[in-house]
Amino acid sequence: MTVAINCEEIGKKLQEVFPGSVVSTGKADILVDANMLQQVAGFLKSTAGLDFDYLTFLTAVDYLEYMEIVYRLVSLNHNQSLILKTRCYSRENPVVPSVVSLWRAAYYQEREIFDLFGIKFDGHPDMRRLLLWEGFVGHPLRRDYL
Amino acid sequence: MAIRTEPFYLNIGPQHPSTHGVFRLRVTLDGEVVVGLEPIIGYLHRGIEKLAETRTYTQNIPFTDRLDYLSSMTNNLAYCMAVEKVGAIKVPERAEYLRIIFSEIMRISSHMMAVGFFLNDLGAMMTPVLYMWREREKIMDMFEMVCGQRLLYNYMRIGGVSQDLPEAFMPAVKKFLAEMPRYIDEYDQLLAQNEILLARSKGVGILPRDTAIAIGASGPVLRASGVKWDIRKMDPYSLYDRFDFEVPIGDSGDCYDRYWVRMLEIRQSVRILEQAVAQIPEKGPIRADVPQFFRPPRGEAYGYIEAPKGNIGFYIVSDGSIAPYRVHIYPPTLINITALQDMVIGWKVADLIIIFGSIDVVLGEIDR
Repeated sequence: MTVAINCEEIGKKLQEVFPGSVVSTGKADILVDANMLQQVAGFLKSTAGLDFDYLTFLTAVDYLEYMEIVYRLVSLNHNQSLILKTRCYSRENPVVPSVVSLWRAAYYQEREIFDLFGIKFDGHPDMRRLLLWEGFVGHPLRRDYL
Repeated sequence: MAIRTEPFYLNIGPQHPSTHGVFRLRVTLDGEVVVGLEPIIGYLHRGIEKLAETRTYTQNIPFTDRLDYLSSMTNNLAYCMAVEKVGAIKVPERAEYLRIIFSEIMRISSHMMAVGFFLNDLGAMMTPVLYMWREREKIMDMFEMVCGQRLLYNYMRIGGVSQDLPEAFMPAVKKFLAEMPRYIDEYDQLLAQNEILLARSKGVGILPRDTAIAIGASGPVLRASGVKWDIRKMDPYSLYDRFDFEVPIGDSGDCYDRYWVRMLEIRQSVRILEQAVAQIPEKGPIRADVPQFFRPPRGEAYGYIEAPKGNIGFYIVSDGSIAPYRVHIYPPTLINITALQDMVIGWKVADLIIIFGSIDVVLGEIDR
């Protein structure tokens, strides 16, 4: 069984290494500060015992007050998983650091989120629309679209 | 004076038989050698994720058929499992067995299409496809028997399946399972050591193990690169922990390995089916008691399964109403083509077609 890793433990550990990075820990997920995302993600990927080398899905959810980006990380060696979340509060110019340099799996998924939610990923090599055409106006998966 | 050359840009698709749908490849060529490639997608984008937000949970099931339309059953299953996770619904045992039987039959069918069209791309025009279709036709008949459809089944329901088996089904599936190993032997006899197949696909389009993990590849593409990762084994959902089967892997990650892993997986699926047909309870409920306007509690869940083409997942956020707040579809084939550029650079245009064919993409799923 792929075991969902104990989020409280890992949250405490992250808070020790990167003070101020963890906003809150839920039952099955950790919410981190967007500014610290890159460091936290790098730590989760390269620390022995965690080894989250496999990013399965990456998506966004629009809650109107903020938009939440959800990452599900899996460690193939230890067969454990973790859901990592981050939020951005701006609707006019939402920016979140990109994780393409850590997991190439994010390449198309970040482009898709940019296309459908309008969230820019800072550091992505090719931030363009993926599914819709270039002249399209708006970001359809936002809840206030239409 | 030296002769100046310049790169040549070639558009393959969107309407082209070897792109398996409406898919466009913008290829940069140096003579006949590929030096750059950019996939352009979105021609089949129907906005299923947006549409799903305005329909009830049950009404969304037919949409999932239209993702990877060559394996509709497994899409249904992944979606229903995600909703069941949000709503904490327990599925009856007989329904679980029916789900497994149909997803494994679907896997055989999907792999046959994949292998058949891979050989088609390779130049074996139509003959291998028709051999594969001989068996696929029987599979279609079985699906038609149980749900009246041959392509888009809409068979799974939240908490179970839509209807029980007709009387004629069990004899048909037993006959199919008895015949199948002989047919697979026949395919292997014709193809496995075929010199043209070996020459065209061995060592072509290698996806190294590290890259496969980094791009998050899944399914036969990941396993052909030598990673033993099958969700049915590593995180058994439904009742997969009751069956005895192996996870075949390749060693070099070339086109031949991807073909061969699929052939071996067909044999394993037959094995699972034999056990499932023997174990299925004779009678019992086929659906949990779920109201028509199902309102799961607030929350979120990710349901994912090992579909024929890889790990398909649905991330569902519920706000307690009759329609999901957000449905995200995780498409395995879109992720699998992330490294397409790395795989084709340095190969000729003809190789590009078979490398692309060996990944086995379906555009309904890439574009959603």
